[in-house]
Amino acid sequence: MQLARVIGKVVATRKDERLVGIKLLVVQPLTAEGQPAGRPLVAVDTVGAGTGEHVFFVRGKEASFPFYPVEPPVDAGIVGIVDHWDLEL
Amino acid sequence: MQIARVVGTVVATQKHPKFEGAKLLLVQPLNLDDTPRGASLLAVDGVGAGVHEKVLIVLEGRAAGEALGKKAAPVDAAIIGIIDHVDLYGSL
Repeated sequence: MQLARVIGKVVATRKDERLVGIKLLVVQPLTAEGQPAGRPLVAVDTVGAGTGEHVFFVRGKEASFPFYPVEPPVDAGIVGIVDHWDLEL
Repeated sequence: MQIARVVGTVVATQKHPKFEGAKLLLVQPLNLDDTPRGASLLAVDGVGAGVHEKVLIVLEGRAAGEALGKKAAPVDAAIIGIIDHVDLYGSL
């Protein structure tokens, strides 16, 4: 999983039917220091995350598990909202 | 599997139910010479690891779910061992 910040949302009317009702958010992955790391991507929301919040997301087929037994064709999913994190280097 | 070092802890109240009771740690993957490699990431702790410890992590969903002891958990990384030491033969 990776830390990220929600920076936007995606609206798509025409889409795979298994995506109906699922919120799509644009997330910017972050380093442990909170700096942007790499390119933003689109992730499905499973926890009620909103714009500006720090979250963590899972990559791969596991992103579809929160919707089991439906298996939407997704490869990234927000699975937690981060209250805070502590870095001890 | 990869070698990494635990560099931090993460607290999240609102999360997927499969994460209940799981400890989330920030880990930094390492090269064999202990220099950082790539971006740090979050892993669920399956062995009671702590900050600063060198650990063995799996970066694959099914294996990570097994480490968490839960089926169909939306996880992709888990700590599965605490490394005592690594012995390398020959030069890097």
